[in-house]
Amino acid sequence: MKLSVSHITRYNFDIPVRRLIQSHRLVPSRCANQRVITWEVNMLQATRGAAFRDGAGDWTETVSVQGPLDAFEIEVTGEVETTDYAGILKDHREKVPPSAYLTPTARTWPSQPLREAAEETLSALEGKPTLEKAHALSTVTAERVEYMPGETEHYTTAAEAFDLGKGVCQDQTHVLIALAQLSGIPARYVTGYLFSASEDHMSEASHAWAELYVEDLGWVGFDASNGVCPDDRYIRLGSGYDAQDASPIRGMVTGGGGERLDVRVKVREGGVEGQQQQ
Amino acid sequence: MLSRTASHLYWMARYLERAETTARLLQVGARNALMPDIGGGLRNDWEAVLQALGQLEAFREKFGDPVQRNVETFLFFDSANPASVMSCLAAARENARVVRTALTSSVWDAINTTFQELQGFHRMERSKLLVNDLADWSLRSGAQIRGAIDATQLRNDGYNFMGLGHSIERGDNTARLLDVKYYVLLPSLSYVGSALDQSQWATLLRSMQAHRAFVWAYKGEITAAKIAHLLILNRQFPRSLLSATQGSVDHLDALARGYGHTPRAASHARGLLGELAEATIEDIFDEGLHQFLLRYMSRNSEIAGAVQSSYLEGVPE
Amino acid sequence: MTQTFNEMIDGGSVRAAYQSLEKWQNEMPADLRQMKQSEAEALFRRVGITFAVYGEGGDPERLIPFDMFPRVFTADEWRKLDRGIRQRAAALNAFLADVYDQREIIRAGRIPEHLVTHNEAFERAVVGIRPPRNVWSHIVGIDLVRTGPDQFYVLEDNCRTPSGVSYMLQNREIMMRMFPHLFVENRIAPVDGYADALRHTLASVAPKKCDGEPNVVILTPGHFNSAYYEHSFLADLMGVELVEGQDLFVDGDFCWMRTTEGPKKVDVIYRRIDDAFLDPLCFRADSMLGVPGLMNVYRSGGVTICSAPGAGVADDKAIYTFVPEMIRFYLGEAPILENVPTWQCAIPDQCKYVLENLGDLVVKEVHGSGGYGMLVGPKADKSQIEAFRAKIEEKPWNYIAQPTLSLSACPTFVEEGVAPRHVDLRPYCLVGDKIELVPGGLTRVALNEGSLVVNSSQGGGVKDTWVLAE
Repeated sequence: MKLSVSHITRYNFDIPVRRLIQSHRLVPSRCANQRVITWEVNMLQATRGAAFRDGAGDWTETVSVQGPLDAFEIEVTGEVETTDYAGILKDHREKVPPSAYLTPTARTWPSQPLREAAEETLSALEGKPTLEKAHALSTVTAERVEYMPGETEHYTTAAEAFDLGKGVCQDQTHVLIALAQLSGIPARYVTGYLFSASEDHMSEASHAWAELYVEDLGWVGFDASNGVCPDDRYIRLGSGYDAQDASPIRGMVTGGGGERLDVRVKVREGGVEGQQQQ
Repeated sequence: MLSRTASHLYWMARYLERAETTARLLQVGARNALMPDIGGGLRNDWEAVLQALGQLEAFREKFGDPVQRNVETFLFFDSANPASVMSCLAAARENARVVRTALTSSVWDAINTTFQELQGFHRMERSKLLVNDLADWSLRSGAQIRGAIDATQLRNDGYNFMGLGHSIERGDNTARLLDVKYYVLLPSLSYVGSALDQSQWATLLRSMQAHRAFVWAYKGEITAAKIAHLLILNRQFPRSLLSATQGSVDHLDALARGYGHTPRAASHARGLLGELAEATIEDIFDEGLHQFLLRYMSRNSEIAGAVQSSYLEGVPE
Repeated sequence: MTQTFNEMIDGGSVRAAYQSLEKWQNEMPADLRQMKQSEAEALFRRVGITFAVYGEGGDPERLIPFDMFPRVFTADEWRKLDRGIRQRAAALNAFLADVYDQREIIRAGRIPEHLVTHNEAFERAVVGIRPPRNVWSHIVGIDLVRTGPDQFYVLEDNCRTPSGVSYMLQNREIMMRMFPHLFVENRIAPVDGYADALRHTLASVAPKKCDGEPNVVILTPGHFNSAYYEHSFLADLMGVELVEGQDLFVDGDFCWMRTTEGPKKVDVIYRRIDDAFLDPLCFRADSMLGVPGLMNVYRSGGVTICSAPGAGVADDKAIYTFVPEMIRFYLGEAPILENVPTWQCAIPDQCKYVLENLGDLVVKEVHGSGGYGMLVGPKADKSQIEAFRAKIEEKPWNYIAQPTLSLSACPTFVEEGVAPRHVDLRPYCLVGDKIELVPGGLTRVALNEGSLVVNSSQGGGVKDTWVLAE
């Protein structure tokens, strides 16, 4: 499937900031699941540098702006040809060993209820293949944490969202990671884009899901929010231990006061020209 | 040099100078308190001293009426009072400690020893400490530290940032001391020229270690105009506003030469110096001494602001 | 416990290393000793060397007791230590280069994978990064204890930023100042080449992108840090800037420092702050001590960070057990220095042994330091032992146990004169374009009679450490 992406992130600063610095992971992963046709990340007046591919295979770039600055905008546009491999991340080159993704962070720290949920789910699956366990954990996540925007914050932990029983894709992904790690399955947080044919799809175009490591298959994606494994509607950007670690944009400003963030993401089927004809 | 290092050196020097000013004011207050009460009306020199340091409110809140013993404690030992000798010397030493590597061991020794001695006083019985001895000790320690700086520091940018700190703070403090005497200390204008007025001037001169210099240079009786001339326009007197401003200009010029770049602060400083060089004491009294001093302090702090943004923040101009 | 080995007196006769000191000791009248002792203290206070070694916290203005009686090694004794320490430093670096790249030692089954990758100190962010010269730990502090004339054991390795080297240097300075004749009568190998060697080591790992003389800086958490004195002391000796996070910023491909003449590029950062605080865009987002973007510049080869982020995975107490294995695996050599036999509570059989023998063992937390959170079995009472048993049963993977070693003792000035006190040793090995080790180190001494705890927070002091020239 050919997908085109337009992703605009705009920061408005109430008081001009003296300096801004960001670390970006805004370029699609290199793997068989997706092939970049065109891809551009544009910013006005920024210094760009210190770019490299990290051990997890993500392209990282550093961006800084010397102020005073009252607004900053990042525009990502591109076209990607995607292929459905039933959720399996195929031919993705990376050096980080899967076992490194068994260590929880503050956001994916296991609580007693999470522990019990993992045990309960697995008790019926003893001796079954990891893939089956992974599916079961993803299903349990969707059952126990209902998709409901506005109930959680960006700093909400897996344990908190689990107790609350509500959350967005970030929370569901954190919960799934926690459950997987409790079951001895390496798990990580993945960011990307999701194409949705219907407007009322339950997830944002800017999306997050989990990848669990299954022997013989490698990393397999699980989107608990939508109850599926990522297919050709998904574009993968990068991964990390949790939402913060995997964030496509991590930044800091010096000086300034309040900040308003405006994000607009559109994912369409077809190329850029196709859009113009519509 | 790291901007932060320059900043610590500059503030170290400012705090050292500030500690001396507080000590000088303590001396002024203590001596005036020995004078016979001739005014009858407002008769509290300590209040004036506290006011000059902007600490009257804070003192009242803590101690109530300005009793000499409490004022001494407040101005010398009280680390909650940012203007106390203790606070200023602690801040100077803290700044110095951070940039130990930019100081010679003699300078660090002098500052650190001063601080250790001060801690020693703090532990002593208060009744054994006389305010004049404490003030003398402060001035002597200040002289030792400055001497060590002059004798041992390389004449590099760090030296000039210290020099700038001294000069800018000294200009501000001389203006402040003069203003206290003229505007705050004397109960009312009708006392101008009175015995009280005379003795206060003499005390002010003593506190600046300028009494003998004054007698030699100006002869005859003490008048406001002569003293104002000494403290404002006399090139020979190291604490005059002209000398202090000259110091700022010299250090900024040296920095500009070293860095091959003239900052905004240098033109501010030169402008102020030019004005002082041409001024007569009559002009100043015509403007009103108090107004003149306020204006000087604000111009001086403009220089300080420009130093801050040109050098101490590390962002290119 | 076996008999304590006395480094000065062996079976009634004075050992070779200490011969000239016997006379010195005997001829020093008590009042002179008193005078010298207070002179030493005044000197320490004057130079401002008032801090806790090994990040123990506490009052930063506190003086660590300095014992004037030097600890002495003969050239022969040192030769073995020297070879053993270099060997260990080389193996630890080879291990780090391997575990962040091909993980051959794990594939070969010589170290369990989970001990390495499922370890707090393992940094995913630096996997696949190859720092200049593939050196990860540039300053390796190896803590050693001695139990007999030829028995030395490594107690632990410090691959991140071992502190205390300023004591090694200052102890020597002060001894030379107070007792110059001792240095005339004995041929004592100098240690003052350390600063030059450190500077050389750091400059030798400048990034490829750096042309010309590398700009080396020391990054400190700030002057409130208990080891600030050491940071500023080393910066001064090396003639490099001592910077805080706020002095640095990232722009384009490089890291810059703010100076009075505008931004200046930084090539090598000897950091004295922990990984977690280095870069809020990579690690802890709330860190105010670090430099945002620094890790990106590092990973793209614009700056070198010493020690490399992630180096801590080589020095925890669980990995420690495998260092002899590393030496055999990477260097193909037999380990010169022995490890203290260690039981891993994470392994059920070994845990069982530990729980059965708590009264004879020393039990430590895997990530603990500073002598806290440990049980010294033979010195503990029943309730302490039982409390520890519960802790181990709850989190076995968090503990290791070792036999109670009979640490050697060195003559030490005490109230009544001179008496033996237990000591350890931390030499500082430098790894860059070559491996360098100055002859000496920091000797810590347990000043309380019979005590085995040399930590300054628990009654420990320091001594000058001599290596006699051949």
